[in-house]
Amino acid sequence: MKYFARRLVHSTLLLLAVSIFSFGILQLAPGDFFAPMGLNPQISSRTIAALRSQYGLDRSLPVRYAHWLRGVLKADLGPSFAYNSPVAPLLAVRARNTLLLTGTAMSLAWLIAIPLGMWSAVHRGKWADRAAGVVTSGLVTVPDLVLFLVLLLVAVRTGWFPTGGMVSAAFSDLNVWNKVKDVAEHLFLPALGLAIATLPPLVRHVRSAMIEVLEAPFIRAARAHGIAERRVLFRYALPVAANPLISLFGLSVATMLSASLLVEVILSWPGIGPLLVDAILAKDVYVVIGTVMLSSVFLVAGNLFADLLLFAADPRMRTE
Amino acid sequence: MLPIRGCEQSDELTHRQKLAGALVLLTAVQILILFAGFFAPYNFAVQDRERPFAPPTSLHFKDARGNVHIRPFIYDLEGAGHSAGVSETDSEHPYPVHFFVRGTPYKIAAMFASRVHLFGVEAPGHIFLMGSDAYGRDQFSRFLFGGQISMLAGLIAAILSVSIGIIVGGIAGYYGGWVDELLMRGGELFLALPWLYLLFAVRAALPLHISQWEVFLLLVSVMGLIGWARPARLIRGVVLSAKQRNFVVAARGFGASDAYLLRRHVLPQTYGVLLTQMTLLIPQYVLAEVTLTFLGLGVGEPLPSWGSLLSSLQQYYVLSSYWWMFLPALLLIPLFLVFYTAADALQELHKSVTL
Repeated sequence: MKYFARRLVHSTLLLLAVSIFSFGILQLAPGDFFAPMGLNPQISSRTIAALRSQYGLDRSLPVRYAHWLRGVLKADLGPSFAYNSPVAPLLAVRARNTLLLTGTAMSLAWLIAIPLGMWSAVHRGKWADRAAGVVTSGLVTVPDLVLFLVLLLVAVRTGWFPTGGMVSAAFSDLNVWNKVKDVAEHLFLPALGLAIATLPPLVRHVRSAMIEVLEAPFIRAARAHGIAERRVLFRYALPVAANPLISLFGLSVATMLSASLLVEVILSWPGIGPLLVDAILAKDVYVVIGTVMLSSVFLVAGNLFADLLLFAADPRMRTE
Repeated sequence: MLPIRGCEQSDELTHRQKLAGALVLLTAVQILILFAGFFAPYNFAVQDRERPFAPPTSLHFKDARGNVHIRPFIYDLEGAGHSAGVSETDSEHPYPVHFFVRGTPYKIAAMFASRVHLFGVEAPGHIFLMGSDAYGRDQFSRFLFGGQISMLAGLIAAILSVSIGIIVGGIAGYYGGWVDELLMRGGELFLALPWLYLLFAVRAALPLHISQWEVFLLLVSVMGLIGWARPARLIRGVVLSAKQRNFVVAARGFGASDAYLLRRHVLPQTYGVLLTQMTLLIPQYVLAEVTLTFLGLGVGEPLPSWGSLLSSLQQYYVLSSYWWMFLPALLLIPLFLVFYTAADALQELHKSVTL
């Protein structure tokens, strides 16, 4: 438990550091959202000054940071200038969409990686293993950007999949079952792309972890006792091999988040990625800070979850 | 070092061969990119508004009357200026491809001015080996010139990361104690950050309308600054084991200073890791630059980068109608394959040497 308390403190400090960093760097930047208004002769400089003071942009940096931090504790992430609304509800919808996408992709990737990696490990050195190796190392060399563009091309050319967004235009008229189906149709391509992008290292690690375990004496003993091969693999070998894989899960959250930003922009999935890109171009600072913070929270949460899993899976962690 | 066993020797040989092959290819690519002005028939900014989305020009050796020529020639587009993507050619007027022709002036490595291009066709004709974009600019030329920016970004950022990595990792590994603890904790912080988002935050901080080169240099430095943690960790590990080697301990016994030991005995052992990290980081940073530019946050028009070449594919009509716009994306795959092959071979070689 002490271990967790330490991890929690560590994570909080990390988030605090990210917030100070992103806040500081964004506020140091010359120009703000209202600067381009100065070019418009119909808007007087007094109006702009009034707008600035309304949003607190005329106060000093530490004051604004303290104000923002106090707001965060009350779930208020500051105002969005471009959307003319508070950031928090704006971000909540996008975060839900991103979680839906990355969650699906993550499950898909692991559901493919574990059997494939185990299969490769069992058939080590045979043609099947080699073929899997060639495919995964081939996929590594395809940049995510190119992969997603190819998927977009497939969607545009074949018309089998919707090419953007999360729901169809007639979404609100559909009944519950059709709504689920509609979202699933839109989700398929981005989730598949994301899963393929994160898959290769997962397969490799599952394979090498399994190979290591399969050479252990207890596996030979289990086989010698005549236990069915399937049971040996899943019940005896996999739990032992799981340890490094759980750590890998924590690390893969970061890769997944970076890749999801791209896939969201290219396949226009309304997650936090497009929101961030738009906010940067509009200098909508609180949205940028909120998005960066949110992605850090996801990352930290993923790592904490991996720690918890490790704690549950590995008795050695508990005795320490 | 242990004597190398028989089977490993053959392994090492193939790794060496792989590495050599990859290095030859990489050098060729670098030469193509460095001398882009010479190999490209046009300047990256030259527009021909009459020929938007011209398909790749095909080279012919056999003319309409069936005579075979040694010198390849091309036909110009028929009806150019009326519609994008026309592929009918005007077979009445062949334009022979000339080599070492004089064309638009360019500079090599921003120093040596020249006008000589490897190939080209005479004035009214146009040669677009990879087609042309929406403004009728030659994609092939833009790909070569774009490589200059993307590769330079990768190189600078990788050198920056590895330099910081060697300083931090060297100090942490060599001195140990609280210095080590502090530096490695700091590194963990950088490893745990969603760095793409962070990079975006930094981009947001830059004013949108500063000069192209300032944007470029700032972004590249930030990329390099964020990525130091992994090389630092690896170098720390090597330094940690290197400083306990007998010859290092002996040299210390003879009264060698820390600076001498680091420079002469410890850091040379990290070269393998350094080289491997460089070959891994360069493509990573090239991709980071491509991604940023693709999203409109890197260098802007008219300067080409591999990212801006791809960004037109975000429009559905370009994606679905003009297949040659996809060529730059596809060309990146073999390039990265070569990089990863080199990194892989280096890693294996390094492993078999130190074991």
